Amino acid sequence: MVEWNKRHLLDVEELTKEEIQQVLDTAKSFKEVSSRDVKKVPALRGKTVVMLFFEPSTRTRTSFELAAKRLSADTINIAVSSSSMSKGETILDTARNVEAMNVDAIVVRHGSSGVPQILANNLKSSIINAGDGCRSHPTQALLDMFTIKEKLGKLEGIKVGIVGDIMHSRVARSNVVGLTKMGVEVTVCGPSTLIPFGIEKLGAKVCYSVEEVIKRSDVLMLLRIQKERQKENYFPSIREYAMEFGVNAERLKKGKKELLIMHPGPMNRGIEISSDVADGPQSLILEQVTNGVAVRMAVLYLALGAKE
Amino acid sequence: MMLLIKNAKIVNSDGIDDRIKDILIQDGKIVKIGENLKSDGADIIDAKGKFVSPGFIDLHAHFRQPGQEYKETIETGSAAAAKGGFTSVFCMPNTKPPIDNIALVDFIIREGKRVGLVNVYPVGAITKGQQDEELTDMFEMRRAGCLMLSDDGKSVHNSHLMRMALQYSQMVGILISEHCEDPLLSKTGVVNEGYFSTLLGMKGDPAVSETTIISRDIELAHYLDCRIHFAHVSTKRSVELIRRAKTDGVKVSAEACPHHFSLTEKEIRSFNTNLKVKPPLRSEEDVAEIKRGLKDGTIDCIATDHAPHSQEEKELDFDQAPSGMIGLETAFGLGITELVDAKILTLPQLIDKMSASPAKITGLSAKGKIAEGMDADLTVFDSEAPWQVKAAGFASKSKNSPFIGKTLKGLVLATICGGNVVYNVE
Repeated sequence: MVEWNKRHLLDVEELTKEEIQQVLDTAKSFKEVSSRDVKKVPALRGKTVVMLFFEPSTRTRTSFELAAKRLSADTINIAVSSSSMSKGETILDTARNVEAMNVDAIVVRHGSSGVPQILANNLKSSIINAGDGCRSHPTQALLDMFTIKEKLGKLEGIKVGIVGDIMHSRVARSNVVGLTKMGVEVTVCGPSTLIPFGIEKLGAKVCYSVEEVIKRSDVLMLLRIQKERQKENYFPSIREYAMEFGVNAERLKKGKKELLIMHPGPMNRGIEISSDVADGPQSLILEQVTNGVAVRMAVLYLALGAKE
Repeated sequence: MMLLIKNAKIVNSDGIDDRIKDILIQDGKIVKIGENLKSDGADIIDAKGKFVSPGFIDLHAHFRQPGQEYKETIETGSAAAAKGGFTSVFCMPNTKPPIDNIALVDFIIREGKRVGLVNVYPVGAITKGQQDEELTDMFEMRRAGCLMLSDDGKSVHNSHLMRMALQYSQMVGILISEHCEDPLLSKTGVVNEGYFSTLLGMKGDPAVSETTIISRDIELAHYLDCRIHFAHVSTKRSVELIRRAKTDGVKVSAEACPHHFSLTEKEIRSFNTNLKVKPPLRSEEDVAEIKRGLKDGTIDCIATDHAPHSQEEKELDFDQAPSGMIGLETAFGLGITELVDAKILTLPQLIDKMSASPAKITGLSAKGKIAEGMDADLTVFDSEAPWQVKAAGFASKSKNSPFIGKTLKGLVLATICGGNVVYNVE
């Protein structure tokens, strides 16, 4: 393994194929830690990791916090919407104040694309992107790659379909970029109104028929459809969305028997995914969550040990 | 069930067959075309000395059902269509309630079949309740048999919603027909804004109300690489904008109504409320450009905007009377009189505008042409016969036509739809 030289993790795009491979390999060795009786290694003892979340999150924040704790780092959570931002403080001031307490890494989530980059440009700490706007959610893409590779033994040549609101999804963007980099053939699917312009240039194919995508895929990744998008007229009704793009056991019969189902959560059962699929034998949804901790341990470990 | 049409002068959009031929029809299809065909047991129509063309297709009519059955029903509208030589009619969704869901689409189709005269195609609404707020369930309506969407009666005014409608409908595979009118510009206008609105002291509806929406939609269609169809184009500038868009490769198509190539705003001096129509009758210059657009192909087809209203409604004053006139039974006569006789179009070109072209726009691939294997939807007509338009002669439930009393040339003698004779003048 080469020496890791990136203090930040802002986007999947900045990682080379080899670096992605290195994160996945590192995560593999950390996954075992979480299955021990004593779920802790001293790798980041004495380091402080701050979870700076400007958007509500349960899964990602908990996952990062557990990842840091299992590496023996000290952690603290700041949910910003409830404190200083309401008093008119800028994002940078909030982050600078946090950093002034000598923290080593800031895990940040923000509703506006680019905030992690802005922090990285101005702060000395390691910045780990836990999701920014519609742009990037690199640890989700990494844990998805880890999960697929663990199940199928490889990424190269695998066919992945991503179904849902591609336009507003940072998970979709990061996965398209990351998966194609690893030799995966990615097809995005959803109402044409929710497929952003230029997605083909990112390497994805576009298909408007979910049944076609089911037929051709090894892995199907379903995204949460937000009800607000209907109010913004991106599609006629939740009902029509469920009928045209929702995945249920009946539709899955059109695909391979071993087709794997993933969802980054939280799910809208009965809309983009039916319960018989979410809870069925092909579902990897909870394994994704388990693997999330291992992948985030790897990311924190590598970033905090980086030599620039 | 077999039908043999003898001695037909067959006219298609690509020309008039130079030989007199017979057309054999079986099970709703044209099975054979040739000279001196024989068939035992077939009913025979002798078309000697008459033209036979593919049945006319109207992309724009109002059959008023459900909700306003006192104006028209699918039954009376179908009869009017058959009498006018039309075998397929698209009915607009501004019924009460509007056709904005699968149940109503299904009702229109079933009722059209029950009546059994012509093919009735429901046009679904673009927005729920035609309220300009939310898209309709387009996939579902398409599956139920809906081929076209429109909020006819008004445009989709919210530009973001129109963008979404174009993108979504393109994916679904359903064509959007836009009624081009900016309500904030038209306000309460009842006639074309200009000299005559000033002279007569009437509220003007400016041409720019139509062209701003056409311009916006051309830009949307260009930006999104989507198809769009423009309903009842009426102004010179509209034709120019569409011509330019076609040159630029934008996927636009357009229709014009007989009254917009036959009448000008001058007629309004009579204050005959049957002349009140949306978009309003325009100037001579506009009419000339509509004709030029028909001739050069900028305007793809002729649609009637058949809009029945009751006598009581049309007996209101000009401001209060509803807009619209019936058109199915006068469209062909006006086409011959105003376009073919005036050397604007040849007869085959008129047939193109009234049959082949609307079939192509809506993807009715088995219609719009007389050829073996095509649907047996045919119109038999005399292109020279003069006839007088009479209120009592209309099959439509309503009689609101400004052409009553006029003499037109070009008479439909018989209409055959799906191999059945659905109208016969005798």
